[in-house]
Amino acid sequence: MASFFHSRTLLPGAILTLIFSGAALISLFWVPYDTTVLDIANRLKPPSWMHPFGTDQFGRDILSMIMVGARTSIAVALVAVGIGMLAGVPLGLAAAAGKGGLPDEVIMRGNDLVFAFPSLLIAVMITAVFGASALNAIIAIGIFNIPVFARLTRGAALSLWNREYILAAKVAGKGRARISLEHILPNVANLLIVQGTIQFSLGILAEAGLSYVGLGAQPPLASWGRMLADSQTMISLAPHLALFPGLAILLTVLGLNLLGDGLRDLLDPKLRRARV
Amino acid sequence: MLQYFLKRLLSLALSLVAASVVIFLTLEVVPGDPAAYMLGLNAQEDTLAALREELGLGGTLVQRYVSWFGGLLVGDFGTSYTYRTPVADMIGDRLWVSLPLALYALALSTLIAFPAGIFAASRRGTKADAAVMGVTQLGVAIPNFWFAMLMVLVFAINLRWFSAGGFPGWNAGFFPAMKALTLPAIALALPQASILTRVMRSSLLDTLNEDFIRTARAKGLTRGQALWRHAVRNALIPVLTILGLQFSFLLAGAIIIENVFFLPGLGRLVFQSISARDLIVVESVVMLLVFAVILVNFAVDMAYAWVDPRLRGRR
Amino acid sequence: MSLLKIDNLSLAIHGQPILDDVSMEVAPGRILGVIGESGSGKSMTAFSVLQLLPDGAACSGRITLSGKDILSLSEAGLCGLRGRDVGMVFQEPMTALNPLKTIGDQVAETILVHERVSRSAAMDRAAQALRRAELPQDRFPLSRYPHELSGGQRQRVVIAMAIALRPKLLIADEPTTALDVTTQAQILDLLKRLVAEDGMGLMLISHDLAVVADLADELVIMKEGQVVESGPARDLFRSLSHPYSRALLEASGHVPERTGTPAQTPLLQVCDVVRDYTGHSHGWWGRTTRFRAVDGVSFEIRKGESLGLVGESGCGKSTLTRAILGLEEVQGGEILFDGAPVFTHHHANVAVRRRMQVVFQDPYGSFNPRWKVDRLITEPFHLLDTPPKGRDRSDAVSEALESVGLSAADGGKYIHEFSGGQRQRIALARALIIRPDLIILDEAVSALDVSVRAQVLDLLADLGSRLGLTYLFISHDLGVVRSITDRVLVMKAGKIVEEGPTGAVLDQPRHPYTQQLVAAAPVLPVQAT
Repeated sequence: MASFFHSRTLLPGAILTLIFSGAALISLFWVPYDTTVLDIANRLKPPSWMHPFGTDQFGRDILSMIMVGARTSIAVALVAVGIGMLAGVPLGLAAAAGKGGLPDEVIMRGNDLVFAFPSLLIAVMITAVFGASALNAIIAIGIFNIPVFARLTRGAALSLWNREYILAAKVAGKGRARISLEHILPNVANLLIVQGTIQFSLGILAEAGLSYVGLGAQPPLASWGRMLADSQTMISLAPHLALFPGLAILLTVLGLNLLGDGLRDLLDPKLRRARV
Repeated sequence: MLQYFLKRLLSLALSLVAASVVIFLTLEVVPGDPAAYMLGLNAQEDTLAALREELGLGGTLVQRYVSWFGGLLVGDFGTSYTYRTPVADMIGDRLWVSLPLALYALALSTLIAFPAGIFAASRRGTKADAAVMGVTQLGVAIPNFWFAMLMVLVFAINLRWFSAGGFPGWNAGFFPAMKALTLPAIALALPQASILTRVMRSSLLDTLNEDFIRTARAKGLTRGQALWRHAVRNALIPVLTILGLQFSFLLAGAIIIENVFFLPGLGRLVFQSISARDLIVVESVVMLLVFAVILVNFAVDMAYAWVDPRLRGRR
Repeated sequence: MSLLKIDNLSLAIHGQPILDDVSMEVAPGRILGVIGESGSGKSMTAFSVLQLLPDGAACSGRITLSGKDILSLSEAGLCGLRGRDVGMVFQEPMTALNPLKTIGDQVAETILVHERVSRSAAMDRAAQALRRAELPQDRFPLSRYPHELSGGQRQRVVIAMAIALRPKLLIADEPTTALDVTTQAQILDLLKRLVAEDGMGLMLISHDLAVVADLADELVIMKEGQVVESGPARDLFRSLSHPYSRALLEASGHVPERTGTPAQTPLLQVCDVVRDYTGHSHGWWGRTTRFRAVDGVSFEIRKGESLGLVGESGCGKSTLTRAILGLEEVQGGEILFDGAPVFTHHHANVAVRRRMQVVFQDPYGSFNPRWKVDRLITEPFHLLDTPPKGRDRSDAVSEALESVGLSAADGGKYIHEFSGGQRQRIALARALIIRPDLIILDEAVSALDVSVRAQVLDLLADLGSRLGLTYLFISHDLGVVRSITDRVLVMKAGKIVEEGPTGAVLDQPRHPYTQQLVAAAPVLPVQAT
């Protein structure tokens, strides 16, 4: 635990992450101003005591919008990482267990194929078919995460399959599936946690980008990316409209990255090689 | 070497076919008939049939796929539903904005990241290293389109060094065109340069711990000589992987950044086509971008063989 | 006049003392052997001479090389010295060379760094150095890459690099530890010849007394950062005074006491076994290649017997082990355990499997680091139809741990809390817990320091007679095989080339390959008592 407080990255990362997930949680019960009520009289007000981050072109409180937007960002990124892990990790374990065989070949070629589609292109295709929504963003980012986790898991698992303790488990009569669950998975878990925080932060960036170009969250759902898109035409008039949502994204992603780096050093210094 | 090349080439072709099937099937799912959509509710049945024929919408699924994919191979992307002009022409113009933008950003990112990564690794643990790492930590976290907006605010609106957006076209001359692409390219390159710097640094630090670096030092090479002559090239192998991945992020990112700067690139074409339900254009642009990504991966595989004799096999 | 003189050298890394008051000397044309177990500081002494130390290292004392005070030299001065006046050879030839450069470039680099000569002149001299290291140009052109060479050949490249400028001093840090016995003998001969030809001084560092004793003129024995004994090699073995060096010599040649005679009934019968591997030379659409790893092997092990299996890496030992354990099916022949086949209908026979266990070489990689010891050693219970639970299980754990000299409380610890020797005991406990008849020891003591190895061998001998165990003892180390086995098999390229009572085979080898192995094995000096 002492190393937790001595780490230069873990503590600031954890604090930033706590602030933004806290803001998202609080917004479920309370926000300073109702973001669905328009107050045209108070539009485009710069930051003040009443509105610490100012108001937008409809007079809505930007702090409240950011709190609600945190909810969207975190929910989208979290579910997308969940999809990536739930599908990618078993695929990676299976590919490693059957290395060189047909399942491995099929899984890895499938991975390569998905990797050729950046999440933005997946979102473009889904939007073209079903129309734009926050769900699109989740699916697009989630699909893109599958090969990330599958490759990572396979790579780490392959090096473990050469260990003598796996041979010992085989001598004890255990099958591939049981060995994957009992021996491989616990030993790649740290790596997955670290990669999970990194993919989480990338998911937040991707959601913001998709919502910015209109492929993600749709009004009235508040989203940081949409707030930036709306602010663009007024940037010379009211720069604070663009400043605060952007800072929110930057600090959340920074916090998650620092947390990921710190966790990596804390959980296993040797993981440094395995990253990226 | 030839064997490796042919194997990668075959894999390139297979990936292309697989990707085209995925794209084709996804957009086949779209409900509704583009011909009916284009002609409106009062269209005659025989006009509709004629239009379907013209747009290549007749025949079975397999026939339609074969004629579409066959067309792609000879540069025929079909006819736009909305504008009734060849898609290839529409894409052609836009490509000359998006592709130079992505390449410009890739060049910037590489030119920044290689020296910065090597610099940080060779001064590991010093304040200079910490400063580089701090900047890259911010660079990785910054949303590139927001960074682009801030640059517009500072350099275009306040300082008036650049125009806030738009593209004069290559006919206006090389330098004005490049100038219009400079802010977008910087915005695209910053996060990628940060990632690449971090990868370069950590890969180099790993390599510097290898036994053969100690061997080189025992021969009488200085730290710097060992770094340049032995470590850098070995450290390039993981860096190449990331560089390949980055190109696809840059292409996709270009679509977003074009929006900030009102550049007439593929990104704006895609968004216009989506709202006009001009799906054949969407299909073609997506296919083109995926093709570019697959091609870059092929190039990366070739670069591996160039760097690493173990992949070239015995001569 | 000595070439290298180390006086009262002390070394600390980040304040942690590593070397304490170490002194030794190397004369031109002479060989100094430095012996010690892991952690004795022998390698750090060598790195101090080149000043290639990890960050945070601080040296005090004096190191003089032909009158030059090394500790007072600038970094530039040291670079001028490394490779030109002092050459160095490392332990791990597989990683000591840059994989992306040709061997010619890497040898020529030594010359180009120190002398202003043209590249082609440097390449000529590189070719000459490689020739002296017995890598002739017609078979090993300068354009070869390291991955195209074997471990022994790579070590010759490293040696060529070290001697290219005919340095006055050569430092060899465990140069043969990673190599097979026959290759080891060739490399040691090469070093000896180069010393004689060039009149170099050689500092030869090893954990293996026998390797050094054959070669060295002077000896230094180190323990925990200090020199415990030093002097001329010939006299030193006769007059070892320090208890540690006596113990080290005793442990190196240790013969455990074994009782009990093997029965005449066979426990394991291996009849004409063939194991082929099919590979695809270029991916899954490439040409199929076939490699016969085990080629018509037949032998039997009698109940209560300890059978040795010796051979160099790649001879098929490990493949044979996997076949016996029922992990892989064989393509020809049959393996019978107590009369029952190990493999029936393409499935391993569980009833047979639970009567065999194995202990592997690597004390570090043999255990899942996330499991506690009691879970680790009860893993073989998976082979039982009704694994013991609750009280029975904890009793079995305590019994197994106590039988290998550990305590029942160790079951609650994680594996990283144990030393290498203790881990091999735990591996043994894991093998013993289902009370097998046969234990296969696959290089089980090869990674251990000699003193620890002697203890584990004693334990094996004791358990063998107490529990009536049968051992298949696989090793490349003839000394160890001689001390613990009744009979021995010699394996080469998938075939058994010679078999017989251990003493007879090793004393009067008949097959040329066995003769070669025995001749190559380093011999311990006889201790005067």
